[in-house]
Amino acid sequence: MKENYSGIWIFAEQRQGVLNPVVFELLSKAQELKSVTDETITAVLLGSGVSGLADELIARGAERVLIAEHEALSVYSARPYQQALTQLVERYKPSILLYGATSQGRDLAPRMMVALQTGLTADAIDLGYDEDGVFFQATPAYGGKILAHIVILEKRPQMATVRPQIFDPLPPDSTRRGEIVTETVEVAGDGDYEVLACAPKPEGTQPIDRAALLVSGGRGIKHETDFAMLDELARLLHGQLASSRPPVDQGWLPHEKQIGQSGTTVKPAYILNVGISGSVQYQVGMQNAACIISINHNPDAPIFGISQYGVVADYRKVVPAIIAEICKRKA
Amino acid sequence: MLMRFTEEQLMIRDMVREFTEKEVAPRDKWMDENGFDRALYDRLCTTGLTGVHFPEEYGGAGCDAVTSTIVIHELSKGSASLALALDISWVASDMILHHGTQTQKDKYLPLAAEGKIFAFGLTEASAGSDAARIQTTAVKDADGWWVLNGGKSWITNSGVADYYILMAITDRSKGAKGISAFIVPKETEGLIIGKHEEKMGMRGSSTCELSFDAMRLPPDALLSSEGMGFKIAMQGLDGGRISVAAISCGLAEHAFELAKAYANERITFGKPIAKHQAIQFKFADMATDLTAMQMMTYNAAEVKASGKRHTLEAAEAKLFCSTRCTQICLECLQIHGGNGYSKEFDVERFVRDSKLLEIGEGTSEILRMVIGGTVLGK
Amino acid sequence: MKILVFIKQVPDTEDVKLDPRTGNLQREGVKSILNPLDANAIECAMQLKARYGATVVAISMGPPQADAVLKKALALGCDESCLLSDRAFGGADTLATSYTLAKAAEKIGDYDLLLFGRHATDGDTAQTGPATAAWLGIPQITLATSLDVRDGWVVCTREIEDRIETVRAKLPTAVTVCDTINEPEYPTPKNIMKALKKPRYVWNAADLGADTRLTGIPGSPSSTKTVFEPPKGNTDTRYFEGSPAEIAVQFVDMLEREHAL
Repeated sequence: MKENYSGIWIFAEQRQGVLNPVVFELLSKAQELKSVTDETITAVLLGSGVSGLADELIARGAERVLIAEHEALSVYSARPYQQALTQLVERYKPSILLYGATSQGRDLAPRMMVALQTGLTADAIDLGYDEDGVFFQATPAYGGKILAHIVILEKRPQMATVRPQIFDPLPPDSTRRGEIVTETVEVAGDGDYEVLACAPKPEGTQPIDRAALLVSGGRGIKHETDFAMLDELARLLHGQLASSRPPVDQGWLPHEKQIGQSGTTVKPAYILNVGISGSVQYQVGMQNAACIISINHNPDAPIFGISQYGVVADYRKVVPAIIAEICKRKA
Repeated sequence: MLMRFTEEQLMIRDMVREFTEKEVAPRDKWMDENGFDRALYDRLCTTGLTGVHFPEEYGGAGCDAVTSTIVIHELSKGSASLALALDISWVASDMILHHGTQTQKDKYLPLAAEGKIFAFGLTEASAGSDAARIQTTAVKDADGWWVLNGGKSWITNSGVADYYILMAITDRSKGAKGISAFIVPKETEGLIIGKHEEKMGMRGSSTCELSFDAMRLPPDALLSSEGMGFKIAMQGLDGGRISVAAISCGLAEHAFELAKAYANERITFGKPIAKHQAIQFKFADMATDLTAMQMMTYNAAEVKASGKRHTLEAAEAKLFCSTRCTQICLECLQIHGGNGYSKEFDVERFVRDSKLLEIGEGTSEILRMVIGGTVLGK
Repeated sequence: MKILVFIKQVPDTEDVKLDPRTGNLQREGVKSILNPLDANAIECAMQLKARYGATVVAISMGPPQADAVLKKALALGCDESCLLSDRAFGGADTLATSYTLAKAAEKIGDYDLLLFGRHATDGDTAQTGPATAAWLGIPQITLATSLDVRDGWVVCTREIEDRIETVRAKLPTAVTVCDTINEPEYPTPKNIMKALKKPRYVWNAADLGADTRLTGIPGSPSSTKTVFEPPKGNTDTRYFEGSPAEIAVQFVDMLEREHAL
């Protein structure tokens, strides 16, 4: 049964003809999986008028691109996409099928699980093969306090949604060669589901996961007004203000600013943590930042365990001094 | 502790616990600095907690005295001040529940259940523990209206209350039996809210002076009948004392939990201070006291819920719990060392809050008189 | 309108720890709570009930003690509760769980709207809602941040990534809600006093007519192989010391060195 299944598939999520960056991250991780099992890496592209994206997928590591185009797939909707993808999986029998843990991936994948009667791991943060050669998906549980290795032993394909911003994508390489296969699928439009409107989020709510530098405040910030000081520092450094959970619970900052398991996972070049002790839930959301800098009055705060730079002091004394020093040098 | 709470009581306890953790505890420090928080009190109303023990026909949930004690106990784990404000409002409105005419009950109890704040005025500047010596007078005029002159001191909820139950002398010759109780809406002409007391603790509850300048009240403002005021007040205090015992439990438990967390975190001589026997013994004594405090409190509440007289049980519970609460709060401050003496940490506030519990609604000295008199058969 | 709200009892994540000896989850002393997002789903149902009138049934799969969260749902205003409890349901992954929930929805019948919290804080899969919809062959709206019902359609907004979508789906449909959709209320003492007098059903696999090859462990393609605590960081931290002004100088030097300035 399961021996008939082979190949690593990446669901090539696109919206309005633009591929989601997580697809490149998954194609990159797939190279690592391939080094163990030598399976073909296929990107599966659904939509309408999207075949032009195939070259980009090949340049990012796909060895084959399967394209299925249909009018009913022009805008993403769970049921038509599920029908199309199910037909392709049944035709080709891949052993692994990965989706980005994006709103679209997490909408589609559970329906695929039921349609294919196979297993689906949610929000994986790592993938690999264990000592017995069994494919596993590492996924956080209990708000990130626990990591679990999930395996799908008998059913195929082995499916997972994978968290964005975990793996580094391969740089595009236009010399890569790959096969492009166009498939036909039979899809009925979904008359029971309709996107009525779509608007960008209002200005000033630039998502924190796009910022190169974050200044993040936590439980240790004593007064709501101190966030103005952190915001000033963030602006001086051309970054954004963010926070751990307590200030959001206090109503001091909107939920969009929250880093962590119940907020947003971020991977900025720099993160400056102020008054953040570093709960596991918080660390899960920011530990991949390239440079971690922390200011906390408690020398034993766990955040220092993952920080390259640390200051043990009262932020109310140190942050104004840093702001003054930056202004002095800029002047 | 083997308390046989009903399933509903446990559900209400869990609900108050959640509410307290999320909404009450984070506001306690603010109230200490800024005073009574009406918006937070209004949340007590929208969650239905203010009406927990009123009968359903008056818009309450129809729960018993054990349940209302649970509410006060759990709230005081987040804020003793807020619990005190609710306790006093209940002491006052319960006087109408137990002694009011049907018309008075129909009029005021739904207001109490939905969260209007009540206050109760007995104490005067020259009559504290010796409450029967009050000076405020109520004289009937030609129209049968009552005219009150005098003043009150140390009235919890005054300044924020919507209704006051006030005690005044209607017949000086009868002593305590010449005192009557009146229901007074806050907008009554001649009711003057005076100086706001700058208290050491319990600063999240409002305490002011009141004075009455020829304050006219209609005949139906009289609660029960003439001469019943002192009895009404003493019965009310029996219930209030159970609540003060419950506040003592909650406040002491709050201090205990903070000290416990601190003791497990704070390192001296290479190990958490919780590993030092000097500190362990403190926790042993406090834990033992807490169990006894809870048992006395809920025992008094059960006696009250059963409809029996509970003067002795309430007085004993309040005396023991309030005394132990102050000692536990001081001990928890001591465990915090220098940090305990700092306003950055919460425990100094608890010490200030706790002392009121040994004074309000019957000082420890008066309670000993009540208990002594009762057990010795007067 | 008949609304089914699917809820779950989860351990309070604050309490969750691994037993250092066995490497398994420590169950002792761990508080069980209603999955926080499910309170938003219940509140959503209550608002629809207040606006349009509705019968709201709370459903949970779990061991007998999971009844505690159903009691809370009743105290929050749900009209009936169904506990799906059977040894044959144990060890279920999201495929087997969603099958069991779908069987319960079929048994209740005539449903218009199925509500789920966006995810549960234990597994954090966010899969059960859409998967249940898939078993029932009905549409789904995930990540709803507002919800209304108009003329037989449920209309929701979804705040996803950088945009806000307004979508609609024809009833019956399943919706998973985000925590920003509303502010869950506490159960009132009055409703608590009424809660235990409401109809409360307990159904096993036979009651649901469920195929036990599709429930519990037999129905679960995925399984947990190991659990462990995430590795702790062991970075060598460089500390800056001195007066605030001295720290500031070293700090800004570092920012320059790291090209952050």
